[in-house]
Amino acid sequence: MHEPGQKLNGSEIFFECLRREHVDIIFGYPGGSLLKVYETLHDVEDIQHILVRHEQGATHMAEGYARATGKPGVVLVTSGPGATNTVTGIANAYMDSSPMVVFTGQVPSSLIGNDAFQEADIVGITRPITKHNFLVKDVRDLAPTIRKAFYLATTGRPGPVLIDMPKDVLAAECVFEWPESVELRGFKPTFKCHANQVAKAAKMIAKAKRPLLYIGGGVITAGGTEALRQLAVEQQIPVTMTLQGLGAFPGDHPLSMGMLGMHGTYWANQAVSNCDLLIAVGARFDDRVTGKIDTFATKALKIHNDIDPTNVDKNVKVDLPVVGDSKDFLESILNELPKSKEDRSAWLAEIEAWRLQCPLEYTVEKDSLKTEFVIDEISKQTRGHAVIVTDVGQHQMWTSQYYKFTEPRSIITSGGLGTMGYGLPATIGAAFGVTDRPVITICGDGGLMMNIQELVTAVYHKLPIKIFLINNSYLGMVRQWQELFHKEKYSFTDLEASNPDFVKVAEAFGCRAMSADNPETARKAISDALAYNDGPVLVDFRVIRKDMVFPMVPAGGSISDMLLARLNPKTMV
Amino acid sequence: MKHLISVLVENKFGTLNRVAAMFSARGFNLESISIGETEDPEVSRMTIVTRGEDRIISQVLKQLNRLVDTIKVTDLTHQPHVERELLLMSLKLSKSTQHEIFELTNVFKGKVVDIKQKSITIEVIGSPDKVNTAIDLFRPFGIRELARSGAVAIHRGEN
Repeated sequence: MHEPGQKLNGSEIFFECLRREHVDIIFGYPGGSLLKVYETLHDVEDIQHILVRHEQGATHMAEGYARATGKPGVVLVTSGPGATNTVTGIANAYMDSSPMVVFTGQVPSSLIGNDAFQEADIVGITRPITKHNFLVKDVRDLAPTIRKAFYLATTGRPGPVLIDMPKDVLAAECVFEWPESVELRGFKPTFKCHANQVAKAAKMIAKAKRPLLYIGGGVITAGGTEALRQLAVEQQIPVTMTLQGLGAFPGDHPLSMGMLGMHGTYWANQAVSNCDLLIAVGARFDDRVTGKIDTFATKALKIHNDIDPTNVDKNVKVDLPVVGDSKDFLESILNELPKSKEDRSAWLAEIEAWRLQCPLEYTVEKDSLKTEFVIDEISKQTRGHAVIVTDVGQHQMWTSQYYKFTEPRSIITSGGLGTMGYGLPATIGAAFGVTDRPVITICGDGGLMMNIQELVTAVYHKLPIKIFLINNSYLGMVRQWQELFHKEKYSFTDLEASNPDFVKVAEAFGCRAMSADNPETARKAISDALAYNDGPVLVDFRVIRKDMVFPMVPAGGSISDMLLARLNPKTMV
Repeated sequence: MKHLISVLVENKFGTLNRVAAMFSARGFNLESISIGETEDPEVSRMTIVTRGEDRIISQVLKQLNRLVDTIKVTDLTHQPHVERELLLMSLKLSKSTQHEIFELTNVFKGKVVDIKQKSITIEVIGSPDKVNTAIDLFRPFGIRELARSGAVAIHRGEN
C-alpha cells in the first residue's frame, strides 16, 4: 500500500483507490489498453481478480456480488469490444438499481476519435444506462474520479457508474492524493423523509380499514426489513412484494401475500384491487406490477415512498408522495403510529378467502417432473435459507411463486431488463460474496447457454454453487405466449433438436453433473447437490415440456382479472 | 402547454448530450435548447423549451434534476422572466423591395448586418413570438437562409 503524497503512475493509483474503497475482489478480462493495469495487478495481493471468459459475465458477476453483499461490484475490462461487451450487464444493473463500478480501458488520448484499433466511445454508448460516467483525461483526475464513482454508485438509489481510462493516463505519473470527501453540486439525494408527509402517512394508515403494503427492492437496499416486519405485524397489515422485494418480509409469515403483478398470486392481486390504502415502499409501479394502469388499485388511496423522486407519479398518480430512504420512512412511520395492535381480521379473512379460492398448487405424477415440484423441493430442502439466483423466464416466475424466501438478499434476479444469461454469472459473483449459505442458480436451458462459458470460472475457483437447470428444451415463456396469444405458432422456441447434452457439457468443463426426470430422482439429486461442496454441480432436470406459469395477467390486462389456468388443456403434455 | 425551463449545469463535455439524450430516451418533446457559459466558468446555463401536459413536465423537471451534472432546474413558465431569441435571416434583395425591407426591419427594431447586390442579412432580437411574426412578414420577399438561436431566458428582478 502506498501513502498519499507519493508519486505513482495511473495504474498504481487505480489500485490504491480500490483499496481505499475497500474493494477486495474485481471481475475482469485483460486487453491492450489495460496492459499497464495488469502489469501492476501481477504484484497486487490484497485484491482478488477473477478472470472471466466474457466481459458480459464480469458485469453479471459483479452485480450478483453486489446484490448478495450490498457492496459495489467492480468490473475491469479493456477498450472497444471489451467495453461494448459490458453493455447488457450495465443496463441490467441500471434497471435493477445495483451498485457497480465499471472500469474500461481506452485507447491513448491522442488517438481518441480517430477510429483507432479497439476504440469505442463507451462513455457515449453507456450514458443512458449508467447513473453517471466519466472519461479521465488527466492522471491527476483519476483518484478524485474513482472516489466520486463509488460515492455515486452506492449513494441514494444505487446504480452502475463507468470510468473510461485512456492507456496514456494509466501510464502517466503524478503525486497520489486521496480526496477525503466528495463534492458533487448536482447530486444531493434526499434521505430523511419530510416529517409532515410522514405524519400524514401515519394518519392515513391509522384510518385505513383495508391497508396493503406493496414492497419493492428499495426496502432491502435501504436495510429496512426489520422496520417493515415490525410495522406489518404491529399494525396487522398484509404485505405483498415485487420480484426484487421478495425476502424483504418472510415468505412463510401469515401476513405475506407473496408477489403481486403479472405472475403474482391471485390473492395478492385481489388485495391490491380491493384495498383502501396502498402503501408502496421502495417500489416503482413497474408495468409488470400494475398491469392496466386505469384499473390498478382504483379503490385505494396511495402512499408512495421512494428515494428517487422521478419514480413518484411516473406511472401511477399517488395521493401522498414521501421522498426519502425507505428505512427512514418505515422507522418514522413506526414512531408516529400507536403501538397497539390494530384489528384487521376481517380484511385478512377476506384475503384468506381469495387464497383458498385460487391457491398456488400443482399435481405430482410419478413418472414425470414439474418445475413447481423441483422449486418447492429446493425451497423445502434449503428451508428458504439459500441465496437463489435465477435466469429469466418461466423458471424465474415459478421461483417467485414456490420458493419461500425468508430473508433479504436471498433472490438475485434480472427484474427490470429481463436479461437471459444473467443467472450463471450472477450466481458465481454471489458465491464470491456469500459463503455461509448455499448459493443456487435456477435457470432454463435457453438462458444457461447464453453465458455457459462462465462454468470455467466456477470450476476453476471450485465454487460450491448449485446449477439447477430447468430443462424443457423450449424457450418456455416465449412458447407460453405463443400458445396463449399468438395462434400457437411456435416460431423458433423449440430447442429440442439443437440443445446439447448438458450433463456432458458440464462434465467437459470439469463440473460435476447429474440429471433427474421424476420426483424421486429429483429429490435425491437436490439433496446430493446440496451436500456436495467441492465445486460446482449441475443438475439437469428434464421437466415436462409444455407446462405454463399461472396465474397470469395478460400483457396490458387488469390485475384483478387473471388467467387462472391454461385456456386449452389439450396442449398440455 | 409550452414550458420554458432554465437549467444550471456543470460546464463539462458531454453535458449537453446527457440532457438531449435524456429527452429523446424518455420521449419528451424538445422544441429548442441553447447553452452558454455563465458568470462562473464552471457553470453553464441551458434554456430549454418543451411542451407537455403537467404530469409530463413534472417528469421532465425531475429527470433533469436527476442528472448528476445538473445543479439547478427552474421552470420559468409561471415566474416573471425575460425571454429572448436571436434571428439571423438572409433575404433576396432587389431595387423594388429594398425600401420595404428596411422599413420592416425598423418595425422589428432589427438591424441590417450584411448587404450585397442581391441579398441582405438582417438580425431581429425578441421573444420567440416576435421572431415567428418577423419570419412570416419577411417571407414574401424570399428567404434565402435563416438561423434562430433558440430561446434564452432569465429571471426578472431579484431572485
